[in-house]
Amino acid sequence: MWDGSTVAMIAKSLLETLYMTVLSTSLAYVLGLPLGVLLVISEKNGILPLPKLNKLLNLVVNVVRSVPFLILLIAVIPFTRFVIGTTIGSTATVVPLVIGAAPFIARLVESSIKEVDKGVIEAAISMGCSPFQIICKVMIPEAVPSLIVGAAIATTTILGYSAMAGIVGGGGLGDTAIRYGYYRYQKDIMVVTVALLVVVVQVVQEAGMKIARRQDKRK
Amino acid sequence: MHTRKQIIEIKALTKIFSLKDKEVRALENIDLSIEEGAVFGIIGMSGAGKSTLVRCINYIERPTGGTIIVDGKDLSRLNESQLRDVRRSMGMIFQQFNLLMQRTAEENITFPLEISGMKKREARQRARELLETVGLSDKAAAYPAQLSGGQKQRVAIARALATNPKVLLCDEATSALDPATTKSILELLRDINKRLGITIVIITHEMSVIEQICTHVAIIDESGIAETGTVAEVFSHPKTAAAQRLVFPDGKRIGQYLGKRLCRIVFEGSSSFDPVISRMILECRAQVNIMFADMKDIDGKAFGQLVLQLPQDDEVSDRIIRYLKTQNLSVEEVR
Repeated sequence: MWDGSTVAMIAKSLLETLYMTVLSTSLAYVLGLPLGVLLVISEKNGILPLPKLNKLLNLVVNVVRSVPFLILLIAVIPFTRFVIGTTIGSTATVVPLVIGAAPFIARLVESSIKEVDKGVIEAAISMGCSPFQIICKVMIPEAVPSLIVGAAIATTTILGYSAMAGIVGGGGLGDTAIRYGYYRYQKDIMVVTVALLVVVVQVVQEAGMKIARRQDKRK
Repeated sequence: MHTRKQIIEIKALTKIFSLKDKEVRALENIDLSIEEGAVFGIIGMSGAGKSTLVRCINYIERPTGGTIIVDGKDLSRLNESQLRDVRRSMGMIFQQFNLLMQRTAEENITFPLEISGMKKREARQRARELLETVGLSDKAAAYPAQLSGGQKQRVAIARALATNPKVLLCDEATSALDPATTKSILELLRDINKRLGITIVIITHEMSVIEQICTHVAIIDESGIAETGTVAEVFSHPKTAAAQRLVFPDGKRIGQYLGKRLCRIVFEGSSSFDPVISRMILECRAQVNIMFADMKDIDGKAFGQLVLQLPQDDEVSDRIIRYLKTQNLSVEEVR
């Protein structure tokens, strides 16, 4: 039964998984990075204190994060249809993945940026930096090693979420595992898909740590 | 001296921090003038408010009341962008150096230049010059983590000088350094002051820092200025208790001799060479006990100080003090 078509199918699912993960992570960072920065700078003692906005953002982030991904996946179906035109397939899955992951990434970014020494930010202010310059030239560059570690965590988490999309016909390894491994009792396919997921997570995690170590000039 | 321009004028400065349940009065009614080209020391115990004071000078900390005038500009009347321009005309260095850890020494120095919009090549050129000024030409490519404390502070000084500031603010700049490194950093600061004419404001809790490089000193005590003047004045004639505590060799020792009379003598310049004590003993025919003696180089002048334990007999003691006062010395009884 391990003929060419099975292998091709698994290879296709792997590619779909990678496609969903990379695209969702990138788009989620487009939202999550500014959101995380905003969470830090708008704090009461931040460089651009906006307490009301800060409260609102925290609330939104917490609300979205407290919805289980499986529920979110189904709840945003109308929105997905509106944006993509369909609700099945890998591209359609990107929509709930981005919505679900962005607040999580915002929190990761927030904690990375908070690690930057307050004294360094004070020094930047004393040199006449504008808030925007502080964000782009101090906060983000100084937090790079930690941001990369965060990105590895985010990517692997989104990979896990993407497998859940199999429930609603989202494509990818998760979809294959459910359809063949679960509904058709093809245990070997189940094992192979799980093994592939493990390998991908390992590779992303290790690569992330390695890059972060190389970028870290603090030791 | 007195015709020189005042580069920093602080008038009735007050800073109150409002915490949840109480108000902390960090600074109260501070008046201070710092003239161009001075090395102005601000000394006080920890918690006296001196770090807050220096942060008010470049408006990193907004005063609750009073005015700060830097180079003729009233900072309270400036908007954010004008304030940033003023900050660029003032360099600042810190106890913990506060270098950008992800940038090399050279990139740290080009940082303020990039901020002010200088071209990369020009900025690198300037950074090279500054690294030479601070004696670190060979460390351009090193990251802060690879440098020693003294080297980090040198990079920080170079960074602070990059934009050709008129004022350099130093917040406990040597407090994290060992004595030898402290000395070399202070020498570098003095050299910068002499060669470039930059006004330096130094915040410290160590009298030795003031003695080594400052021309003027303000003593800050309990949120206010206790005393201010040239270092030589304050050292030889400390008027307030706070000043005496700092000037007196090891303030704690006074207590040990309570009940006996002690007298502190300060020799200035030429009188350092006269055998004053021998003559005093011959003249007054009395014995004194020398409790403490040392020599200090303050702002290029030699100062000697002696602490004498006076005899039990008050009449003899008074005679000794009267005699010493005729000898062109500054004499004060310190209990």
